[in-house]
Amino acid sequence: MAKWDIETIGEWDWRQFPLGAVIPESGNSRDYVTGGWRSERPVRDKETCTQCLLCWISCPDSAIYVEDEQLPDESFNLAHCKGCGICANVCPVEAITMVPEGCDLPEVK
Amino acid sequence: MATLKELTHREDRLAGGHRLCAGCGASIAVRQVLLGAGVEPVVVGCATGCLEVSTTIYPYSSWKTPFIHNAFENAAATVSGVESAFKALQRAGKIPADKKMKFVAFGGDGGTYDIGLQSLSGAMERGHDMVYVCYDNGAYMNTGIQRSSATPKGAWATTAQVGAAQQGKLQGRKDLTQIMAAHNIPYVAQASISHWKDLTTKAEKAFAVEGPAFLNVFAPCPRGWRLAYNKSVEISKIAVQTGFWPLYEVEDGVWRQTVKVHNRKPIEEFLKPQGRFKHLFKPENADLLAEIQSDVDRAWEQLQKRFETA
Repeated sequence: MAKWDIETIGEWDWRQFPLGAVIPESGNSRDYVTGGWRSERPVRDKETCTQCLLCWISCPDSAIYVEDEQLPDESFNLAHCKGCGICANVCPVEAITMVPEGCDLPEVK
Repeated sequence: MATLKELTHREDRLAGGHRLCAGCGASIAVRQVLLGAGVEPVVVGCATGCLEVSTTIYPYSSWKTPFIHNAFENAAATVSGVESAFKALQRAGKIPADKKMKFVAFGGDGGTYDIGLQSLSGAMERGHDMVYVCYDNGAYMNTGIQRSSATPKGAWATTAQVGAAQQGKLQGRKDLTQIMAAHNIPYVAQASISHWKDLTTKAEKAFAVEGPAFLNVFAPCPRGWRLAYNKSVEISKIAVQTGFWPLYEVEDGVWRQTVKVHNRKPIEEFLKPQGRFKHLFKPENADLLAEIQSDVDRAWEQLQKRFETA
Protein backbone atom coordinates (compact mmCIF):
# COMPACT_ATOMS: atom_id res chain seq x y z
CA MET A 1 0.00 0.00 0.00
CA ALA A 2 1.21 3.45 -0.88
CA LYS A 3 2.58 5.58 1.88
CA TRP A 4 0.20 8.32 3.02
CA ASP A 5 2.43 11.32 3.58
CA ILE A 6 1.24 13.10 6.73
CA GLU A 7 4.48 14.90 7.48
CA THR A 8 2.83 18.33 7.15
CA ILE A 9 -0.67 17.39 8.36
CA GLY A 10 -0.57 20.14 10.98
CA GLU A 11 -0.57 22.74 8.22
CA TRP A 12 -3.20 21.13 6.00
CA ASP A 13 -6.19 23.03 4.71
CA TRP A 14 -9.52 21.16 5.28
CA ARG A 15 -9.61 20.29 1.56
CA GLN A 16 -6.47 18.21 1.92
CA PHE A 17 -8.05 15.74 4.37
CA PRO A 18 -9.62 12.63 2.80
CA LEU A 19 -13.42 12.60 3.04
CA GLY A 20 -15.06 10.73 5.89
CA ALA A 21 -11.96 10.74 8.11
CA VAL A 22 -10.67 7.81 6.07
CA ILE A 23 -7.11 6.75 6.85
CA PRO A 24 -5.82 5.71 3.39
CA GLU A 25 -2.80 3.75 4.62
CA SER A 26 -3.33 0.62 6.69
CA GLY A 27 -1.15 -0.08 9.70
CA ASN A 28 0.53 3.36 9.69
CA SER A 29 0.60 3.47 13.50
CA ARG A 30 3.92 1.69 13.04
CA ASP A 31 5.27 5.22 12.58
CA TYR A 32 3.94 6.32 15.96
CA VAL A 33 6.37 5.98 18.86
CA THR A 34 4.96 4.62 22.13
CA GLY A 35 8.37 3.62 23.48
CA GLY A 36 8.45 6.75 25.60
CA TRP A 37 5.79 5.25 27.90
CA ARG A 38 8.31 2.73 29.11
CA SER A 39 9.95 2.86 32.51
CA GLU A 40 11.54 -0.57 32.18
CA ARG A 41 13.08 -2.20 29.14
CA PRO A 42 13.24 -5.94 28.34
CA VAL A 43 16.68 -7.47 27.90
CA ARG A 44 17.02 -11.00 26.55
CA ASP A 45 19.83 -13.34 27.46
CA LYS A 46 20.60 -15.15 24.19
CA GLU A 47 22.33 -18.05 25.93
CA THR A 48 19.38 -18.88 28.18
CA CYS A 49 16.66 -18.28 25.58
CA THR A 50 15.28 -21.48 24.03
CA GLN A 51 13.49 -19.69 21.16
CA CYS A 52 10.10 -20.99 22.33
CA LEU A 53 8.45 -17.77 21.06
CA LEU A 54 5.96 -17.53 23.95
CA CYS A 55 7.01 -13.89 24.40
CA TRP A 56 6.21 -13.18 20.76
CA ILE A 57 2.67 -14.62 20.88
CA SER A 58 1.97 -12.83 24.20
CA CYS A 59 3.18 -9.33 23.32
CA PRO A 60 0.33 -6.76 23.33
CA ASP A 61 2.34 -4.29 21.24
CA SER A 62 3.53 -6.51 18.37
CA ALA A 63 6.97 -5.36 19.50
CA ILE A 64 8.96 -8.59 19.32
CA TYR A 65 10.77 -9.30 16.07
CA VAL A 66 10.90 -12.78 14.58
CA GLU A 67 13.07 -13.70 11.59
CA ASP A 68 13.18 -17.24 10.21
CA GLU A 69 11.20 -18.56 13.19
CA GLN A 70 13.73 -17.09 15.65
CA LEU A 71 14.17 -13.99 17.76
CA PRO A 72 17.06 -12.06 16.20
CA ASP A 73 19.80 -10.49 18.36
CA GLU A 74 17.90 -7.22 18.33
CA SER A 75 14.72 -8.82 19.62
CA PHE A 76 12.57 -5.88 20.70
CA ASN A 77 11.06 -3.01 18.77
CA LEU A 78 11.80 -0.33 21.34
CA ALA A 79 9.85 2.28 19.39
CA HIS A 80 6.65 0.38 20.28
CA CYS A 81 7.48 -1.58 23.46
CA LYS A 82 5.66 -0.01 26.44
CA GLY A 83 7.66 -2.03 28.96
CA CYS A 84 4.70 -4.00 30.35
CA GLY A 85 6.97 -6.95 31.14
CA ILE A 86 4.57 -9.67 29.97
CA CYS A 87 7.42 -11.16 27.88
CA ALA A 88 9.59 -11.53 30.98
CA ASN A 89 6.65 -12.89 32.97
CA VAL A 90 5.69 -15.61 30.46
CA CYS A 91 9.27 -16.69 29.72
CA PRO A 92 9.58 -20.26 31.02
CA VAL A 93 13.38 -20.06 31.43
CA GLU A 94 13.65 -16.49 32.75
CA ALA A 95 15.75 -15.38 29.82
CA ILE A 96 14.17 -11.91 29.77
CA THR A 97 14.77 -9.38 32.53
CA MET A 98 13.29 -5.91 32.87
CA VAL A 99 15.89 -3.20 33.49
CA PRO A 100 15.26 0.46 34.37
CA GLU A 101 14.92 2.63 31.26
CA GLY A 102 17.17 5.60 30.65
CA CYS A 103 16.35 8.63 28.57
CA ASP A 104 19.01 8.01 25.95
CA LEU A 105 16.86 6.47 23.24
CA PRO A 106 16.95 8.58 20.11
CA GLU A 107 13.52 7.48 18.88
CA VAL A 108 11.78 8.48 22.12
CA LYS A 109 10.47 12.01 21.99
CA MET B 1 -3.57 -26.50 13.99
CA ALA B 2 -0.44 -24.41 13.54
CA THR B 3 2.62 -24.41 15.78
CA LEU B 4 4.12 -21.13 17.03
CA LYS B 5 6.90 -21.38 14.49
CA GLU B 6 4.35 -21.85 11.69
CA LEU B 7 2.34 -18.89 12.96
CA THR B 8 5.39 -16.62 12.64
CA HIS B 9 5.11 -16.99 8.86
CA ARG B 10 1.68 -15.36 8.90
CA GLU B 11 1.29 -11.63 8.85
CA ASP B 12 0.78 -9.91 12.20
CA ARG B 13 -2.26 -7.88 11.19
CA LEU B 14 -2.24 -5.52 14.15
CA ALA B 15 0.65 -3.05 13.99
CA GLY B 16 2.38 -1.66 17.06
CA GLY B 17 2.15 2.00 17.91
CA HIS B 18 -1.46 1.72 19.06
CA ARG B 19 -2.28 3.48 22.32
CA LEU B 20 -3.74 0.64 24.36
CA CYS B 21 -2.29 0.55 27.89
CA ALA B 22 0.87 -1.39 28.63
CA GLY B 23 -0.09 -5.01 29.28
CA CYS B 24 -3.53 -4.77 27.62
CA GLY B 25 -5.21 -8.12 27.03
CA ALA B 26 -7.32 -6.91 24.09
CA SER B 27 -4.47 -6.49 21.63
CA ILE B 28 -3.04 -9.90 22.58
CA ALA B 29 -6.47 -11.37 21.83
CA VAL B 30 -6.68 -9.59 18.45
CA ARG B 31 -3.18 -10.68 17.41
CA GLN B 32 -3.88 -14.31 18.26
CA VAL B 33 -7.31 -14.31 16.58
CA LEU B 34 -5.98 -12.76 13.37
CA LEU B 35 -2.94 -15.07 13.31
CA GLY B 36 -5.39 -17.96 13.58
CA ALA B 37 -7.43 -16.52 10.71
CA GLY B 38 -4.79 -17.70 8.27
CA VAL B 39 -3.69 -15.95 5.11
CA GLU B 40 -6.95 -14.98 3.41
CA PRO B 41 -7.84 -11.28 3.37
CA VAL B 42 -9.90 -10.13 6.36
CA VAL B 43 -12.22 -7.15 6.80
CA VAL B 44 -12.38 -5.93 10.39
CA GLY B 45 -15.13 -3.99 12.10
CA CYS B 46 -15.06 -2.72 15.67
CA ALA B 47 -17.65 -1.70 18.18
CA THR B 48 -16.78 1.40 20.15
CA GLY B 49 -14.45 0.52 22.97
CA CYS B 50 -10.83 0.68 24.12
CA LEU B 51 -9.70 -1.40 21.17
CA GLU B 52 -11.36 0.78 18.55
CA VAL B 53 -10.42 4.07 20.19
CA SER B 54 -6.78 3.19 20.77
CA THR B 55 -6.05 1.55 17.45
CA THR B 56 -7.53 4.24 15.21
CA ILE B 57 -6.45 7.60 16.60
CA TYR B 58 -6.50 9.88 13.55
CA PRO B 59 -4.39 10.03 11.40
CA TYR B 60 -3.08 6.60 12.41
CA SER B 61 -4.51 3.12 12.10
CA SER B 62 -2.98 -0.03 13.57
CA TRP B 63 -5.02 -2.30 11.31
CA LYS B 64 -3.24 -3.80 8.32
CA THR B 65 -6.68 -4.71 7.03
CA PRO B 66 -9.68 -2.78 5.74
CA PHE B 67 -11.34 -1.43 8.86
CA ILE B 68 -14.74 0.02 9.70
CA HIS B 69 -15.94 1.48 12.96
CA ASN B 70 -19.56 2.04 13.81
CA ALA B 71 -21.30 2.73 17.11
CA PHE B 72 -21.21 0.72 20.33
CA GLU B 73 -24.42 -1.16 19.56
CA ASN B 74 -24.06 -2.19 15.96
CA ALA B 75 -20.67 -3.74 15.18
CA ALA B 76 -22.33 -7.04 14.29
CA ALA B 77 -24.97 -5.34 12.11
CA THR B 78 -22.29 -3.30 10.34
CA VAL B 79 -20.03 -6.23 9.56
CA SER B 80 -23.00 -8.39 8.50
CA GLY B 81 -23.86 -5.57 6.07
CA VAL B 82 -20.33 -5.51 4.70
CA GLU B 83 -20.50 -9.27 4.17
CA SER B 84 -23.86 -8.95 2.38
CA ALA B 85 -22.55 -6.12 0.19
CA PHE B 86 -19.55 -8.23 -0.78
CA LYS B 87 -21.81 -11.11 -1.81
CA ALA B 88 -24.13 -8.76 -3.72
CA LEU B 89 -21.17 -7.31 -5.64
CA GLN B 90 -20.07 -10.85 -6.46
CA ARG B 91 -23.56 -11.68 -7.78
CA ALA B 92 -23.47 -8.50 -9.88
CA GLY B 93 -20.16 -9.56 -11.35
CA LYS B 94 -18.27 -6.59 -9.91
CA ILE B 95 -16.08 -8.78 -7.70
CA PRO B 96 -14.82 -12.11 -9.07
CA ALA B 97 -17.06 -14.94 -7.86
CA ASP B 98 -14.10 -17.00 -6.65
CA LYS B 99 -12.57 -14.21 -4.54
CA LYS B 100 -12.37 -15.22 -0.89
CA MET B 101 -12.83 -12.72 1.91
CA LYS B 102 -13.33 -13.10 5.66
CA PHE B 103 -15.31 -10.75 7.89
CA VAL B 104 -14.78 -10.22 11.59
CA ALA B 105 -16.22 -7.90 14.21
CA PHE B 106 -14.49 -7.16 17.51
CA GLY B 107 -16.30 -5.78 20.53
CA GLY B 108 -15.59 -5.52 24.23
CA ASP B 109 -17.93 -6.96 26.82
CA GLY B 110 -19.80 -3.66 27.11
CA GLY B 111 -20.40 -3.56 23.36
CA THR B 112 -21.24 -7.25 23.21
CA TYR B 113 -22.89 -8.49 26.44
CA ASP B 114 -24.85 -5.26 26.90
CA ILE B 115 -25.24 -2.64 24.21
CA GLY B 116 -24.65 -4.70 21.06
CA LEU B 117 -26.46 -7.86 22.13
CA GLN B 118 -29.54 -7.50 19.96
CA SER B 119 -27.63 -6.61 16.78
CA LEU B 120 -25.25 -9.51 17.47
CA SER B 121 -28.17 -11.86 18.00
CA GLY B 122 -29.75 -10.66 14.75
CA ALA B 123 -26.57 -11.04 12.71
CA MET B 124 -26.02 -14.56 14.03
CA GLU B 125 -29.65 -15.54 13.41
CA ARG B 126 -29.55 -14.26 9.82
CA GLY B 127 -26.66 -16.62 9.16
CA HIS B 128 -24.05 -14.21 7.80
CA ASP B 129 -20.68 -15.70 7.00
CA MET B 130 -18.81 -13.75 9.68
CA VAL B 131 -16.95 -14.13 12.95
CA TYR B 132 -17.80 -12.06 16.02
CA VAL B 133 -15.10 -11.83 18.67
CA CYS B 134 -15.84 -10.48 22.13
CA TYR B 135 -12.76 -9.53 24.14
CA ASP B 136 -14.08 -9.81 27.65
CA ASN B 137 -12.37 -7.66 30.27
CA GLY B 138 -15.42 -7.48 32.49
CA ALA B 139 -16.30 -3.77 32.58
CA TYR B 140 -16.56 -0.57 30.54
CA MET B 141 -12.85 0.16 30.77
CA ASN B 142 -12.77 2.80 28.04
CA THR B 143 -15.21 5.12 29.79
CA GLY B 144 -13.82 4.56 33.29
CA ILE B 145 -14.42 1.06 34.68
CA GLN B 146 -18.21 1.05 34.95
CA ARG B 147 -19.75 -2.34 35.68
CA SER B 148 -21.15 -4.36 32.77
CA SER B 149 -23.15 -7.58 32.72
CA ALA B 150 -19.79 -9.35 32.35
CA THR B 151 -18.39 -7.92 35.60
CA PRO B 152 -17.98 -10.71 38.15
CA LYS B 153 -19.90 -10.74 41.41
CA GLY B 154 -18.11 -8.86 44.19
CA ALA B 155 -15.87 -6.88 41.84
CA TRP B 156 -15.38 -3.20 42.51
CA ALA B 157 -16.28 -0.88 39.62
CA THR B 158 -16.89 2.86 39.58
CA THR B 159 -20.62 2.10 39.41
CA ALA B 160 -20.42 -0.87 41.80
CA GLN B 161 -18.79 0.69 44.81
CA VAL B 162 -17.50 -0.84 48.01
CA GLY B 163 -18.93 0.69 51.18
CA ALA B 164 -21.66 0.45 53.77
CA ALA B 165 -24.42 -0.38 51.29
CA GLN B 166 -22.67 -2.98 49.14
CA GLN B 167 -19.40 -4.81 48.58
CA GLY B 168 -18.81 -4.37 44.85
CA LYS B 169 -21.15 -5.75 42.19
CA LEU B 170 -24.12 -7.55 43.67
CA GLN B 171 -25.06 -9.62 40.66
CA GLY B 172 -23.30 -12.49 38.91
CA ARG B 173 -22.10 -12.56 35.30
CA LYS B 174 -24.26 -13.17 32.29
CA ASP B 175 -23.15 -16.32 30.46
CA LEU B 176 -22.89 -14.89 26.96
CA THR B 177 -21.11 -17.86 25.41
CA GLN B 178 -24.05 -20.11 26.26
CA ILE B 179 -26.50 -17.50 24.97
CA MET B 180 -24.64 -17.54 21.66
CA ALA B 181 -24.60 -21.36 21.64
CA ALA B 182 -28.39 -21.22 22.00
CA HIS B 183 -28.49 -19.51 18.58
CA ASN B 184 -27.55 -22.91 17.10
CA ILE B 185 -24.89 -21.39 14.87
CA PRO B 186 -22.12 -23.59 13.44
CA TYR B 187 -19.37 -22.54 15.85
CA VAL B 188 -19.18 -20.98 19.30
CA ALA B 189 -16.15 -21.06 21.57
CA GLN B 190 -14.71 -19.60 24.72
CA ALA B 191 -10.94 -18.97 24.77
CA SER B 192 -8.22 -17.22 26.75
CA ILE B 193 -5.09 -15.28 25.76
CA SER B 194 -3.07 -17.52 28.08
CA HIS B 195 -3.76 -20.58 25.90
CA TRP B 196 -2.51 -19.41 22.51
CA LYS B 197 -2.77 -22.78 20.82
CA ASP B 198 -6.34 -23.31 21.95
CA LEU B 199 -7.24 -19.75 20.92
CA THR B 200 -5.58 -19.75 17.49
CA THR B 201 -7.10 -23.17 16.73
CA LYS B 202 -10.55 -21.90 17.68
CA ALA B 203 -10.04 -18.80 15.54
CA GLU B 204 -8.98 -21.02 12.64
CA LYS B 205 -12.18 -23.06 13.00
CA ALA B 206 -14.35 -19.94 13.41
CA PHE B 207 -13.01 -18.42 10.18
CA ALA B 208 -13.23 -21.72 8.30
CA VAL B 209 -16.93 -22.42 8.93
CA GLU B 210 -19.55 -21.31 6.44
CA GLY B 211 -21.90 -19.09 8.39
CA PRO B 212 -21.71 -17.26 11.70
CA ALA B 213 -19.20 -18.02 14.43
CA PHE B 214 -18.72 -16.48 17.85
CA LEU B 215 -15.61 -16.36 20.04
CA ASN B 216 -15.56 -15.10 23.61
CA VAL B 217 -11.97 -14.32 24.59
CA PHE B 218 -10.78 -13.64 28.12
CA ALA B 219 -8.70 -10.46 27.91
CA PRO B 220 -7.61 -8.88 31.20
CA CYS B 221 -7.44 -5.13 31.81
CA PRO B 222 -4.58 -4.35 34.23
CA ARG B 223 -5.90 -0.81 34.74
CA GLY B 224 -9.48 -1.76 35.60
CA TRP B 225 -8.60 -4.90 37.51
CA ARG B 226 -5.97 -3.10 39.61
CA LEU B 227 -3.47 -5.69 38.47
CA ALA B 228 0.24 -5.44 37.69
CA TYR B 229 0.89 -4.72 33.98
CA ASN B 230 2.95 -7.87 33.50
CA LYS B 231 0.28 -10.22 34.90
CA SER B 232 -2.36 -10.19 32.11
CA VAL B 233 -1.40 -13.54 30.66
CA GLU B 234 -0.67 -15.11 34.05
CA ILE B 235 -4.07 -14.15 35.51
CA SER B 236 -5.82 -15.52 32.39
CA LYS B 237 -4.16 -18.86 33.01
CA ILE B 238 -5.31 -18.80 36.63
CA ALA B 239 -8.86 -17.97 35.46
CA VAL B 240 -8.80 -21.18 33.43
CA GLN B 241 -7.22 -23.24 36.22
CA THR B 242 -9.78 -22.10 38.81
CA GLY B 243 -12.69 -22.89 36.51
CA PHE B 244 -13.73 -19.23 36.42
CA TRP B 245 -13.23 -19.25 32.63
CA PRO B 246 -13.70 -22.75 31.20
CA LEU B 247 -12.27 -23.33 27.73
CA TYR B 248 -14.72 -25.09 25.45
CA GLU B 249 -16.33 -25.06 22.03
CA VAL B 250 -19.72 -25.88 20.58
CA GLU B 251 -19.30 -27.18 17.06
CA ASP B 252 -22.50 -28.01 15.18
CA GLY B 253 -24.29 -28.49 18.48
CA VAL B 254 -21.62 -30.72 20.02
CA TRP B 255 -20.18 -29.32 23.28
CA ARG B 256 -16.53 -30.15 23.90
CA GLN B 257 -14.14 -29.08 26.63
CA THR B 258 -10.91 -28.18 24.86
CA VAL B 259 -8.69 -27.71 27.93
CA LYS B 260 -9.34 -30.12 30.77
CA VAL B 261 -8.82 -28.97 34.36
CA HIS B 262 -8.48 -31.92 36.71
CA ASN B 263 -7.85 -30.20 40.03
CA ARG B 264 -9.45 -26.81 39.98
CA LYS B 265 -7.61 -24.24 42.06
CA PRO B 266 -9.58 -22.27 44.66
CA ILE B 267 -11.11 -19.07 43.26
CA GLU B 268 -9.06 -17.02 45.77
CA GLU B 269 -6.03 -17.51 43.54
CA PHE B 270 -7.82 -15.64 40.77
CA LEU B 271 -9.25 -12.93 43.04
CA LYS B 272 -6.26 -12.22 45.28
CA PRO B 273 -3.86 -10.57 42.80
CA GLN B 274 -6.58 -8.15 41.66
CA GLY B 275 -7.18 -4.92 43.57
CA ARG B 276 -10.82 -4.84 42.44
CA PHE B 277 -11.47 -7.82 44.74
CA LYS B 278 -9.36 -6.80 47.74
CA HIS B 279 -12.37 -6.05 49.99
CA LEU B 280 -13.46 -9.67 49.63
CA PHE B 281 -10.56 -10.71 51.84
CA LYS B 282 -11.78 -8.79 54.87
CA PRO B 283 -13.06 -11.16 57.57
CA GLU B 284 -16.61 -9.77 57.34
CA ASN B 285 -16.81 -10.76 53.67
CA ALA B 286 -15.97 -14.43 54.21
CA ASP B 287 -19.54 -15.44 53.33
CA LEU B 288 -19.42 -13.52 50.04
CA LEU B 289 -16.14 -15.19 49.17
CA ALA B 290 -17.66 -18.60 49.88
CA GLU B 291 -20.68 -17.66 47.74
CA ILE B 292 -18.40 -16.74 44.82
CA GLN B 293 -16.66 -20.12 45.09
CA SER B 294 -19.97 -21.97 45.16
CA ASP B 295 -21.20 -19.97 42.13
CA VAL B 296 -18.09 -21.05 40.18
CA ASP B 297 -18.58 -24.67 41.32
CA ARG B 298 -22.22 -24.72 40.29
CA ALA B 299 -21.55 -23.19 36.85
CA TRP B 300 -18.70 -25.64 36.33
CA GLU B 301 -20.84 -28.68 37.22
CA GLN B 302 -23.67 -27.51 34.97
CA LEU B 303 -21.27 -27.03 32.08
CA GLN B 304 -19.70 -30.47 32.57
CA LYS B 305 -23.12 -32.05 31.98
CA ARG B 306 -23.26 -30.47 28.52
CA PHE B 307 -19.97 -31.91 27.30
CA GLU B 308 -20.02 -34.99 25.14
CA THR B 309 -18.23 -37.80 26.92
CA ALA B 310 -15.40 -38.84 24.67
